[in-house]
Amino acid sequence: MTNAIVSARNLRKTFPSDTGNVAVLDGLDFDLEEGTTAALLGESGSGKSTFLHLVGGLEVADSGELSVCGQDVTQLTADGLSELRRERLALVFQQFNLIPSLNVRDNITFQASLAGRQDADWTDHLIERLGLTGLERRYPEQLSGGQQQRVAIGRALAGRPPLLLADEPTGNLDEATGDTVLDLMLDLVRDSGATLLMVTHSARIAARLDRSFTLKAGRLT
Amino acid sequence: MMRHRLILTTLLSHWRRKPWQFVILLIGLATATALWSGVQAINAQARDSYAQAAGVLGGDDLDRWTGNAGLSISLTDYVALRRAGINLSPVMETVLRDGNRRLRIIGIEPTSLPQKSLIQSTDEAGSLADFVTGSGIALVSADTALPLPAILPPARVSDGLPPDTIVVDISWVADRSGRVAPDYLVSLKLSNADHLAISSVTEGRVKLQASDASGDLSRLTDSFHLNLTAFGFLSFVVGLFIVHATIGLSFEQRKPMLRTMRACGASSRALVIALSLEVLGSVLLAGSAGMVLGYLIASSLLPDVAASLRGLYGANVDGALNLQPSWWIAGLGMSLIGAFAAAAQSIWKAARLPVLAPARPEAWQAAHRRDLTRQGGLAILLLGVAVVTLLLGRGLASGFILMGSVLTGTALLLPVLASNILHWMEARQATPLSRWIWADTRQQLRGLTLSLMALLLALSVNIGVGTMVDGFRKTFLGWLDQRLAAELYVTAPDTATGLGLKAFAGSLPEVDAVLPIWSSDVRIDAWPVTVFGFEDHVTYRDNWPMLQTSRGMWDKVRDGQFALVSEQFARRFNVEPGDPLTLPSPSGGWTAEIAGVFSDYGNPTGAVMINATTLTENWSDLDQRRFALRVAPECITTVRDLLIKEGLPERSIVDQSRVKAASREIFETTFAVTLALNALTLVVAGIALFTSLLTLSNLRLPQLAPLWALGMTRRQLGWIELGRMLGLALFTALFAIPLGLILATILTKVINVEAFGWELPVFLFPLQWISLIGLALLTALVASLWPILRLQRTPPATLIGVFSNER
Repeated sequence: MTNAIVSARNLRKTFPSDTGNVAVLDGLDFDLEEGTTAALLGESGSGKSTFLHLVGGLEVADSGELSVCGQDVTQLTADGLSELRRERLALVFQQFNLIPSLNVRDNITFQASLAGRQDADWTDHLIERLGLTGLERRYPEQLSGGQQQRVAIGRALAGRPPLLLADEPTGNLDEATGDTVLDLMLDLVRDSGATLLMVTHSARIAARLDRSFTLKAGRLT
Repeated sequence: MMRHRLILTTLLSHWRRKPWQFVILLIGLATATALWSGVQAINAQARDSYAQAAGVLGGDDLDRWTGNAGLSISLTDYVALRRAGINLSPVMETVLRDGNRRLRIIGIEPTSLPQKSLIQSTDEAGSLADFVTGSGIALVSADTALPLPAILPPARVSDGLPPDTIVVDISWVADRSGRVAPDYLVSLKLSNADHLAISSVTEGRVKLQASDASGDLSRLTDSFHLNLTAFGFLSFVVGLFIVHATIGLSFEQRKPMLRTMRACGASSRALVIALSLEVLGSVLLAGSAGMVLGYLIASSLLPDVAASLRGLYGANVDGALNLQPSWWIAGLGMSLIGAFAAAAQSIWKAARLPVLAPARPEAWQAAHRRDLTRQGGLAILLLGVAVVTLLLGRGLASGFILMGSVLTGTALLLPVLASNILHWMEARQATPLSRWIWADTRQQLRGLTLSLMALLLALSVNIGVGTMVDGFRKTFLGWLDQRLAAELYVTAPDTATGLGLKAFAGSLPEVDAVLPIWSSDVRIDAWPVTVFGFEDHVTYRDNWPMLQTSRGMWDKVRDGQFALVSEQFARRFNVEPGDPLTLPSPSGGWTAEIAGVFSDYGNPTGAVMINATTLTENWSDLDQRRFALRVAPECITTVRDLLIKEGLPERSIVDQSRVKAASREIFETTFAVTLALNALTLVVAGIALFTSLLTLSNLRLPQLAPLWALGMTRRQLGWIELGRMLGLALFTALFAIPLGLILATILTKVINVEAFGWELPVFLFPLQWISLIGLALLTALVASLWPILRLQRTPPATLIGVFSNER
């Protein structure tokens, strides 16, 4: 557990519903070692995305312990969670979530600039590796879905975060484009030495990662 | 710091993609600031002029002493005070009309005038000897147009005087007015011992007048300026509707961006700071432009305002703007407060924005329902406040609270009613398409609410003010015919000439009757009241505009011991026919019974009419220069020529038509400002509607694309959109009519009475309503056209793109 970048103990998260509170995570224990690429599998509603959001500081657990990059996120304030996201990790969403009014290059450098870690050479390298050369001045609406997701991956990696969280990053792409994007992401993650935790429905994608975790009814199986 | 700059520049990058939205935000903020600051500029200029007028004799540096209970200061008392060694200087004032100009003539006694007086140093403008000997000197400001009327001494420019105020030796005023006693005395701040001495020497007949830097004019014109302020504020609020709508929309559009920034590690505090800086920047940009626009608006309206103030109150207001830096600071401050008030909701939402979007799509509808319920509750609360204010409120402020709560409450009620009506209609449709039209209109209400409320406010204020102004015009013109029944009105230069001319006119066979209009000014509870003396004549019995009468009224007044009072007087002192009346007079007070109440529109002071003989018996310092002549129409020119030949200056004779024309001119200029502000408010509301529709049209595409995909043409969709907007505008306009009439009733029955002391009948002008409904539909049509044309021109690929880009 000393080199676990993500560690959860007895983690619990509930959401209100018409019939009362529903426990999406129900006493989850989880460890992810640094430098690993891991898939989080499970059926819809099993709590995969919720766990990813808790790790990313997007939501707060009801109870239990959760350590991310050595920090107890259950004790962090809203500002502390913002700092964690800014400095220690990056997120890739299924919906790309690019800033529509910024061009490709500005979108890629946005989070790194926010963290004060902008590296022009690394950015150029990412743009080239992601096949975005020549598209730097374009805006998101002028790109295809695959291109937009590559920009989102570039943004996530531009600040060289130690932990990358991806929520079905290829879920909005066709299979061929998805494979290309996934190849790029895995290559770049391995190049940068980052840890990857990816939520996916696809066993085929999970098979390409170092480890797989399967969630069922809010617990690991 | 760099992080904040990055967040700010990213937020601002939104406007690069939506430049028109940014322009609209600036227009909203600029127009709101412009209309508010324009009105404030007019008020500031007027206040400056009043303060300057009040400060002619030293303002706050000098004390002013007047006769007790409205009595004049007798010459005996003045001499006794001087003999007692108290340094008091006498002042007499009069007014000289020169065409449309009204010159305030101040007569001073320069040798006794205190050192601190602005006009003490007459030597600066000429020697003291020149001032008091020979024909004397008339001191005027550089702004006073020359030449002065020939009867005045030669003019010499002196600093520190307001325009159209002339300072002469006191003997000049005494000679011309036929009076001997000073109107008031001035002194430096005196010791308590001196105060006691004054009281003792005069046995309490002379008292210190309450200090008021801006004097009577400020008090008299307060209502006028308050009305202007109310309109300026209304326009400001309507302008802020645009700002609120635009900022709200940009917030909705930038929500995903804000969430992404939060996900990338931007703190909510950093977002709030950036959003606040964005608002601040907009204020500096648009607020400054608004201030310049406000200056231009004020410059163009000021001549009309100055003419109104001169006509209504005899107040001389400089026609050129001369604004202090504080005006600019206050205007920008107001713009800042308004912008932050308009943006508060968005900034608050940004501060509490969860990083993850809620997963429940129905939440939007639920939130809208909750909002409408809250809004309905608030509307009922405000209407309750209105009812309580109507029942218990007193004074002008409660009149404005009543008007504000009725307007705001009803405006808040509009979307609640519209939503319920649309829901009711939706449930009664047979086909899916027609159900969709009603349901979709209801869904659009949220985005249009603010602009429809702005349109409602603008329309109802237009109907309300229009009804009041047109009703007032109708009443006023009828009243003028009654009040100005005589054919010629004569004002002699002095009392002796006046009495001589009266006798001469009476001897002319062409003259049917000579009706004296003698007067004396008194004060009751510090309120200026003019006591008029008139002779009983059929002219009055047939024409005088009476509001309340008593049996044998004219006979009673003719026989003395009875008086007629103006409506303002009756309301102020809560009196009616049959009540006793005591007027201050040199003999200690004259008591009579009120026999009737007459209307006296436009007069800010009180008026009492008594028999001319009674007036001369009880008041010594009378103004007996004026009289009216009843002349057959064909003899008017002959009589006028005979009077001129007798030595009367031509400008001292005014015929009825000229007086009426001048009165009508004053009326029109008074309301020109109100109507201009009214029209500007409507324009601002039109912009608000246009901006809402324009910005909504971007959000509409995902809602319309499925219908297009199901087989409807873009033309059909365009017609539906147009019909929907015209329907909403029509509903708003129809709703505005009763609200406008309620507003007109409040204006005429409450505000007018409190502000001016008279009440007006409410007349209905349906043609005005029809034209306003047409205007509302036209506004909606123009506002809808651009979004609809955009939809028509949207290529099919874009409509297909809605599906591929749909998130």
